[in-house]
Amino acid sequence: MSPHADVPATPTTGTDRVKRGLAEQLKGGVIMDVVTPEQARIAEDAGAVAVMALERVPADIRAQGGIARMSDPDMVQGIIDAVSVPVMAKARIGHFVEAQVLQALGVDYVDESEVLTPADEAHHIDKHAFTVPFVCGATDLGEALRRIAEGAAMIRSKGEAGTGNVVEATRHVRALRAGIRRLATLDETELFVAAKELRAPHDLVVEVARAGKLPVVLFTAGGIATPADAAMMMQLGAEGVFVGSGIFKSGDPAQRAAAIVQATTFFDDPDVVTKVSRGLGEPMVGINVDTLPDSQRFATRGW
Amino acid sequence: MSAPAPDPVRIGVLALQGDVREHLAVLTALGAEAVPVRRPEELAGVDGLVLPGGESTTMTKLAVRTGLLGPLREAVRGGLPAYGTCAGLVLLAERLLDAPPGQPTLGALDVTVRRNAFGRQAESFESRIELAGVPGGPLSAVFIRAPWVEEAGPDVEVLGRVVGGPADGRIVAVRQGDVVATSFHPELTGDTRVHALFVDVVRQAAAVGRAVAVPSGAGAGAPDPGGEQ
Repeated sequence: MSPHADVPATPTTGTDRVKRGLAEQLKGGVIMDVVTPEQARIAEDAGAVAVMALERVPADIRAQGGIARMSDPDMVQGIIDAVSVPVMAKARIGHFVEAQVLQALGVDYVDESEVLTPADEAHHIDKHAFTVPFVCGATDLGEALRRIAEGAAMIRSKGEAGTGNVVEATRHVRALRAGIRRLATLDETELFVAAKELRAPHDLVVEVARAGKLPVVLFTAGGIATPADAAMMMQLGAEGVFVGSGIFKSGDPAQRAAAIVQATTFFDDPDVVTKVSRGLGEPMVGINVDTLPDSQRFATRGW
Repeated sequence: MSAPAPDPVRIGVLALQGDVREHLAVLTALGAEAVPVRRPEELAGVDGLVLPGGESTTMTKLAVRTGLLGPLREAVRGGLPAYGTCAGLVLLAERLLDAPPGQPTLGALDVTVRRNAFGRQAESFESRIELAGVPGGPLSAVFIRAPWVEEAGPDVEVLGRVVGGPADGRIVAVRQGDVVATSFHPELTGDTRVHALFVDVVRQAAAVGRAVAVPSGAGAGAPDPGGEQ
């Protein structure tokens, strides 16, 4: 068979390979939440592989309450104009028109995010219908595969955004990796039951079992606040890191951002992680996840 | 692949960020010893170097902060065979357009490269590309926020151009001596022919002893990866 049998003869946009391909390029990198063009430039200077444009970081969404929605298009545009790295932006779960607006603005990735208030209690966005790729959160393997079936081109752990507490991200990355390892031990017959138990399409379950990995890139998100948090996530098997409130809610954002970038690249070298962890000033003030009422937990949004 | 096993070659993949794993896998499948390179001392003993896809700004900043940029530049300008994909093409170029002001490069290719030339992610695409020197029909080519070569110097051989679409005719593959670069990502498509071409370049350079893996002393005295600059 020709190696290019499935490749179009003339330039074609929006294919699965093109959508998943951008996430492949972000691997080993840090994606930072920014709320102004100035913060976006600080993030780019620190070595961010991409920025997430939003009006309020998760810590402020928690503090201020109310309905959290897609950001103002002017604000997203300002950040697109300020940096040369890819720009992501968040749409509410199920809010396909917010996603249409973000695609029209030219963002490079849409995050269908539980950090915003869900707009649909039953359905996520049909992401196959878009040229722009989507990243979605997942707490375990079944949830990740349901999102991929809907067209997600990248998966991240949900964590518990805006808390500065990494415990939920740890739980989700461990659950995802353990789920993948378990599938690899099953035979063809058992994979049918596994698909039923995971509530995920059988063909995707088989694909993961054979490859020993998700068919898309896996990042971590939610509560990462220090270089050591980032390095731990990478050692647990994440392929890159989202940092939300952890940078611009800290004492010295530029230095902390650069330190987290370096700790993500040299995640397996404790000498480097030690060195970049020195003298960073105050980290963001954290929230103990156990004290959060269920109504304020973001990770339980989406299904 | 049925030929007798040639001398083993050791090829480094710059591993600061990007699709490092895919390059390591293709090179290993082609019979090379593939090793990640994150520190100056890891350049020692490699016969060739791959600069992967990723974010060129991120890779450059990490290379500067960790003291790797100088040794990298010395190595590729000193004749170390190199192959860059996408961000790797940006790193190898002598001149950049649409890059943050002052973004340093390795300057191993006499070309002017425009970053994100095809546009944002919505304009990212895949297609088939014919490459000079690569037999077997067109390649599967994936372009992700890709750069193109806007201008190539007299010693640069143009290997391939886009056919069709809004960027018809743009230069997307070049070679200058032992340095090869493509705007697209053969490492993502399972088509190993460009990597095979590069492994041959590395083998020939190693065989005639032209490969200067790293100038002596380049690793010594360089700041360690945690150093701040």
